[in-house]
Amino acid sequence: MSSTVTVRVPTILRTYTTGESDVSVAVGDGATLSDVVGALDTAYPGIAGRVLDEAGQIRRFVNVYVNDDDVRFAAGLETPTPDGTKVSIIPAVAGG
Amino acid sequence: MTVTIDAATPAGPRRNPDLGAANGLSCRECGATSPLGPFYACTECFGPLEVAYGYGRVTRERIEAGPKSIWRYRDLLPVPAGVAEIPNTDPGFTRLVRADNLARELGVKTLWIKDDSGNPTHSFKDRVVAVALAAARELGFTVLACPSTGNLANAVAAAAARAGIRSYVFVPSNLELPKIVTSAVYGPTLVAVDGHYDDVNRLASELAGEHEDWAFVNVNVRPYYAEGSKTLGFEVAEQLGWRLPSQVVIPVASGAQLVKVDKAFRELISLGLVEGDPPRIFGAQAVGCNPVAAAFKAGHDVVRPVRPDTIAKSLAIGNPADGPYVLDVARRTGGAVEDVTDDEIVAGIRLLARTEGIFAETAGGVTVAVLAKLLREGLLDPEAETVVFNTGQGLKTLDAITSAVGPTATIPPTTEAFDALAVAPR
Repeated sequence: MSSTVTVRVPTILRTYTTGESDVSVAVGDGATLSDVVGALDTAYPGIAGRVLDEAGQIRRFVNVYVNDDDVRFAAGLETPTPDGTKVSIIPAVAGG
Repeated sequence: MTVTIDAATPAGPRRNPDLGAANGLSCRECGATSPLGPFYACTECFGPLEVAYGYGRVTRERIEAGPKSIWRYRDLLPVPAGVAEIPNTDPGFTRLVRADNLARELGVKTLWIKDDSGNPTHSFKDRVVAVALAAARELGFTVLACPSTGNLANAVAAAAARAGIRSYVFVPSNLELPKIVTSAVYGPTLVAVDGHYDDVNRLASELAGEHEDWAFVNVNVRPYYAEGSKTLGFEVAEQLGWRLPSQVVIPVASGAQLVKVDKAFRELISLGLVEGDPPRIFGAQAVGCNPVAAAFKAGHDVVRPVRPDTIAKSLAIGNPADGPYVLDVARRTGGAVEDVTDDEIVAGIRLLARTEGIFAETAGGVTVAVLAKLLREGLLDPEAETVVFNTGQGLKTLDAITSAVGPTATIPPTTEAFDALAVAPR
């Protein structure tokens, strides 16, 4: 069984997705955000290195939302991403 | 040779924007550089981009000969030389008030209030929006937009009206009614969004990726916009007679203002316009939204987002973009970041009004209350010259204090009734 997760890609990463703003990836049942980023990198090589730092953590100036929740309020990269989840990656340098 | 113009190409960046002495963008995190353009996040690491300059010679005399607005500092901003001639709200050069009564009450030797409620829409946001608008025009944008906690919505809607362009402003639906009215009156498309400011900010960030000719002032033109806050620092120094104060207290929402005021002081020193050391810089937050103060006190470099719950809605940014840099500035200059409760905020508003005749909005209450708290804690030097920033006008946040102040009494229109009150000195 596999689940489908859609990912909203910010403008500065669309060079990886041939301009697509929304892409879908297939992940296994019980997948987490970490698996989604992995699947994204398989489909669009190099993209994970933009979202994650050298230690494999979400970069300081990247906000990632699983559905409507900032994953920093949830379980970070271990946040569950069941079938139909919408992930949004957004630069954090906005506002105020 | 044939030149083909692709009509389907969206309104994109102009090739050679005239942004004065600004000559590029650089990432604050990794140092990667990019040309001037409608960019705000580093393509390498997502870090914030900052405007870089190649300043020529700037003199006090040239600045003093300029208009009584932020445009007297145009040589130090990412704007064209003729910026003052283009219709705009002409913000800035607000008063610096010597606050002897408040100083006496708090036991400080020399205290000043930089009162930015005197701007065209009554907050410091007119400064940053004016710079953003000037830069956005050069970068080829045709619409002005923003997510806002209210003050910015006022400033964007008014600036767009003056400039004769469309504006879209997005605010939390639970915003204070006066801030909705004082935005809507200028005729923007005003969208109230269910959720906190951080939700509105997220929406705006997504929309900025879909509307290439929209300048979201604090999103996709944020590097230019934020530079406008430098003018607060420039003005304080000029109004003190080209001198730097020893200590400043500045409210922290995203943190951009505090960081840019520090940058302004350092630029003035490096350009030889003032002498001495950069001031110690203190940040002010509400306990109900204190991610930066909490990180400062815990000794952290990382700012953990919070869900805001405070009457200081203009400071209610739970995930502040410049939070890490506020920590850097406070630690580098020997300052601090402190927080105060909602009750202390109301007391701060009343204290400033009662002692100096200045009616601040809740953010100003935060700053005055933090000033008092830092003095109690011994973190501020009472002997050192201190400037505190009031960044907004109390009439916009009346709800915060309507239960705390009101008529002393209600009486029939007779002298007997008044005398019975015994409120007049005999």
